[in-house]
Amino acid sequence: MSGMDDLRPPDVTPLTPEQAAARGKRNIMLALLLAALMVLIFVISLTQLKAGLFQRPM
Amino acid sequence: MTDVSVSLPTPCVPAPATFRDYFMLMKPRVMSLVVFTAVAGWVVAPGAGDPVLAFASILAIACGAGAAGALNMWYDADIDAKMRRTRSRPVPAGRVDREEALTLGVWVSVLSVAVMALAGGALAAGLLAFSILFYVLVYTMWLKRRTPQNIVIGGLAGALPPAVAWAAKTGGLTLDPLILVAIIFLWTPPHFWALALYQKGDYADAGVPMLPVTHGAAATRKQILWYSIALVPLALTPALTGLGGMIYLGVAGALGLLFLVLAVKVAASKAGDGDVAGQADLYAVAKGGKAARNLFAFSIGYLFCLFAALIAERLAGAHWPVAAFVGL
Repeated sequence: MSGMDDLRPPDVTPLTPEQAAARGKRNIMLALLLAALMVLIFVISLTQLKAGLFQRPM
Repeated sequence: MTDVSVSLPTPCVPAPATFRDYFMLMKPRVMSLVVFTAVAGWVVAPGAGDPVLAFASILAIACGAGAAGALNMWYDADIDAKMRRTRSRPVPAGRVDREEALTLGVWVSVLSVAVMALAGGALAAGLLAFSILFYVLVYTMWLKRRTPQNIVIGGLAGALPPAVAWAAKTGGLTLDPLILVAIIFLWTPPHFWALALYQKGDYADAGVPMLPVTHGAAATRKQILWYSIALVPLALTPALTGLGGMIYLGVAGALGLLFLVLAVKVAASKAGDGDVAGQADLYAVAKGGKAARNLFAFSIGYLFCLFAALIAERLAGAHWPVAAFVGL
């Protein structure tokens, strides 16, 4: 790991614990929002297809 | 050697942005009025309408409005930093980078239009894209810093949500949604000019050519009265076309009279005369500006009540067309 640290550009400022925690929370919210968007698009698609889904030859 | 060292202040480290900061970028107060008028547009549009598509369409409109707000905050960060009322916004306060606001605005715009295309079809998606682009390109980037007619023309973007929702539900547009658009369009100038009268100093300091800054308070008070005289009868027309019923007519008539009374009081007042310092609080007012503040606050309730009456009539099954009462 120390080898990895050596590769870090010297001008990168490490995050404070507060900043790291805030970033973690933002990332979780972003993931949840993306998941919600996927579900929303899926549900919209099903709703738009609803009539056709049950009127096709089985 | 003389010791010239001075104690430097601790470097100012911006507080880490929270999720709330990104939400505030999307101007939730503006978004709430947009959502409400869009819900009204959906409810009064003919047809049953699927609840899932209703939810998705209103969500897309809300996100589109929020994205436009974020893009406005990206572009206007310099102005916002100079105005007392806006300097605590996430970008000028240093909690969110300008580039982040731009990225958020662009992505949420694209996603909201895409969701609207899926849920409401091409016309609704096109109208939503138009309203976002109009707000950002025409109002924010072009008109806001150049002309006192900025909020008059730019107001079209904020007026479109009922028509977007109507188009999402029905796939088309008729005269009725356009009347709703026209009501919000004519409501915008007296609403914002009333605010500009008692916040004149802020706009002047920031170099925004609002009407009280460029043409003076007296001309603004007169314009507020003229627009109010045009707005109140227009707000009655949904009752004539059948979009609104007896309840709507009563609400629009009573509140319209009050609107006119307050506009006359503004016209007769000294609101905006002299040097008016901007206030950090939206409703805080310096001496002499009370009439303008009262009209500004009432105008929000007025628009809310008009659209609430339309919604309530339909949802409560109390839509009694005026034509039936007068025997037409």
